[in-house]
Amino acid sequence: MDEHKLRDLIAEVKAGHLSRRGFVQVMVGLGLTAPLAAQMLASAGVAQAQSKLMYKATKRGGGGAVKTLWWQGPTLLNPHFAVGTKDQDGSRIFYEPLASWDPDGNLVANLAAEIPSVQNGGVSKDGKSVTWKLKKGVQWHDGKPFTADDVVFNWEYASDPATASVTIGSYKDIKAQKIDSHTVKVTFEKPTPFWADAFVGVRGMLIPKHLFEAFKGAKSREAPTNLKPVGTGPYRFVDFKPGDMVKGELNPTYHMPNRPYFDTIEMKGGGDAASAARAVIQTGEFDYAWNLQVEDEILKRMEQGGKGKADIVAGGNIEHIQLNNTDPWTEVDGERSSIKTKHPFLLDPAVRQALNLIVDRGAVQEQIYGRTGIATANFLNEPKRFASKATKWELNADKASQILEAAGWKKGSDGIRAKDGKKLKMVYSTSINALRQKTQQVVKQVAAKVGIDMEIKGVTASVYFSSDVGNPDTYTKFYTDIQMYTTTMTQPDPELFMNQFTSWEVASKENKWQGRNITRWKSEEYDKLYRAAETELDPVKRATLFIKMNELVIQNVVVIPVVFRPRVAAIANTMRVEQSGWDSDFWNLHNWYREG
Amino acid sequence: MSKYFLRRILITIPALLGISLVLFTVLAMAPGDPFEELATNPNVPPEVRANLRTQFGLDDPIPVRYVRWVTAMVKGDWGFSFTSRVNVSTLIMQRLPTTLFVLGTAQLLGLLVALPIGVYSAVRPYSIFDQIATTFAFIGFSLPTFCTGLLFILLFSIYLDWLPFIYRADIAATGWRWVWEMARQAIMPITVLGLFQGAATTRFVRSAVLDVIRLDYVNTARSKGLSERMTIVKHVVRNALIPVVTIVALQIPGVFTGAVITEQIFRVPGIGSLLISAILSNDTPVVMSITFVFAALVVLFNLIADLVYGWLDPRISYR
Repeated sequence: MDEHKLRDLIAEVKAGHLSRRGFVQVMVGLGLTAPLAAQMLASAGVAQAQSKLMYKATKRGGGGAVKTLWWQGPTLLNPHFAVGTKDQDGSRIFYEPLASWDPDGNLVANLAAEIPSVQNGGVSKDGKSVTWKLKKGVQWHDGKPFTADDVVFNWEYASDPATASVTIGSYKDIKAQKIDSHTVKVTFEKPTPFWADAFVGVRGMLIPKHLFEAFKGAKSREAPTNLKPVGTGPYRFVDFKPGDMVKGELNPTYHMPNRPYFDTIEMKGGGDAASAARAVIQTGEFDYAWNLQVEDEILKRMEQGGKGKADIVAGGNIEHIQLNNTDPWTEVDGERSSIKTKHPFLLDPAVRQALNLIVDRGAVQEQIYGRTGIATANFLNEPKRFASKATKWELNADKASQILEAAGWKKGSDGIRAKDGKKLKMVYSTSINALRQKTQQVVKQVAAKVGIDMEIKGVTASVYFSSDVGNPDTYTKFYTDIQMYTTTMTQPDPELFMNQFTSWEVASKENKWQGRNITRWKSEEYDKLYRAAETELDPVKRATLFIKMNELVIQNVVVIPVVFRPRVAAIANTMRVEQSGWDSDFWNLHNWYREG
Repeated sequence: MSKYFLRRILITIPALLGISLVLFTVLAMAPGDPFEELATNPNVPPEVRANLRTQFGLDDPIPVRYVRWVTAMVKGDWGFSFTSRVNVSTLIMQRLPTTLFVLGTAQLLGLLVALPIGVYSAVRPYSIFDQIATTFAFIGFSLPTFCTGLLFILLFSIYLDWLPFIYRADIAATGWRWVWEMARQAIMPITVLGLFQGAATTRFVRSAVLDVIRLDYVNTARSKGLSERMTIVKHVVRNALIPVVTIVALQIPGVFTGAVITEQIFRVPGIGSLLISAILSNDTPVVMSITFVFAALVVLFNLIADLVYGWLDPRISYR
């Protein structure tokens, strides 16, 4: 897909031949994010679409209680310290950003009066600044007015390294400046194509200056408001027990008319995903349950009970297999999988192609994930996909055998292929999780037919995903031949996501395995494209660059994508809720209501 | 007596120090990282994590951290949780009432079931009543709580739809309605735990009473003309209780630290569920405090059990 074709597609949307949603889906299929796709449309002057959820309640309150269930309870309620989504969601009940991401990647204003664009002068032509107009008449829950000072303060607070906020990545390279009481200008050090990061979405929730001012920097932990949030959101704080319960009540001075609908909100934590699904779908004790990593078969059986349903929305998470480019079995300077080594056989393109052909994505989707994992060939799909919409992946053990045979990998007496004395024996690791172990089995079976011997290894998730430098089994060390896990693309912009294949991000002992390039694949061409994308201001050209990068990754079989993993939530039948794969579960909480 | 008491108290100090040292070292050396989620999040620069580690003193050598922990603990400062940044004591106090209520009631229920059944079984051994009681007791303690818990949920919440299976610590209701709601949600976890403990205790009471009931002094009491009831209650049960007291006393610390599995199944926000989530997120200060409090309680209740012996059996004297 080149720039030309991309522009044609945008023109089709503009002319109404292709739906907005269709375009976004295609872009997501190409490995881009919905927000980036929406940005392309906006730059071409295609009007923003209305959110599909229509709010039908005609007055504020009167809706009773809404009870939500998170199988991991939030542990803190300061959005700048929110480590996991559970904490971001808990904070989002009370705090709001300037704007949020809807399911199609459009920006929806919360505390902003309007969404900045080049057309309305909010976004500068050189890409070095963006000006936000703030909504007037917004009050914090304690009655103090919300102004530009608060926005600027959030930048100061989050960008101060001593605060140790987890949002620092979004704020450290920008400057926020007050223009007047309700206008804030954000300037970037260099031209920044994707400006909607600071003050937007889960990392953009705003905390009040008057309550946090004294607790900036090293004293950040001591702020009493960390546990008793005072925000601008639709619900006011009532009670918080870390890990167990967050309670809120209707905010009578909320800045949107007739909202919120519910009188109280409850976010209960703890337990496990399957019983959370049960409490919403089967018994109806609760109205909403988050992040249901449950086998689809179980969900379907529960849905027959009929009090709720599973709601599935696309996001950017991909379960994939990584191939190690370095030798995990030789130690060099105190580390295995050192960038100074070469993998004995995985660098052979024939082996890579063969591996790509033996991953039975169809079986993995049908028998293991169901609706919760959609087979995918690629981080990126072929352009043909636009026409057929069919995913193109191939399971072909015979072809894999032929490729290996042609490349000189001959079957030995033990049925395992070998070449120059090197046997195709590999260790395949992943975290312990029923779905993953089943997937490993599916891959291993076909591999055995082709003459590749796979040893399966499972590592406890808490070890596998830890950053413990002393442990050899973490995924960043990658001390095995191939490994599998889900990368989460929570950022609306793919730039950060794509830096996992750049040569300067290679994980090694030197950077305590904090580099994001786990496969240790290096490509000059990819690096060049990435550098170009960092400063390219035209969204369409930039998207083309990302698509090319994706192509490189797939052509070289750096990784083998297995399934897309959409977000799954359980929602009571009477609840009207809209999920977005690009923002918090509560991004649209002010519009939640009940019908019937 | 007071001398004995003092000596026992003094012995507990090195014991507790030893326990804390072992716990601390094991936890410090265990794999895992409290800031694991930050590591996998590309949006968080590694410096933030490094910064947090220094701020929370995680990069110091283990002996330094241990001494710091002990000195703080002596002053009554239990530290703060890495994940919620709340003081550990606050977290524990938030959870304690629920745990005490659910597990305390379960313990009581267990005793109320076990004592009469155990004694009656022993008085009429191998009768039909004893056979049935024995069968149920065996079933009771052979089935783990996660099994009975799930069976209860399946039956009472899903098929019959009578009881909720998610426990909420603070119910938005007052008066009788509150009592009713509370009873409805607490009945399943309490029954599951109570019957499990009761089953084991029943067997224990039965064998303790059987040991005593054949002794000569019991016959003497009977031949004095005491009623059967008097003999059993005043002479048999009192003596038979000594081993039972040991068991019960050693079970009480568990009331404070919660029942990890049952709390997880019914989402009871007690200390057990706090402990398990702290373990899963490598929140060492919380894990350390809970396990240490548990150790201290075990030591304390051992002492109490020893003191109660003296009251139950005057022949035991303290030197």
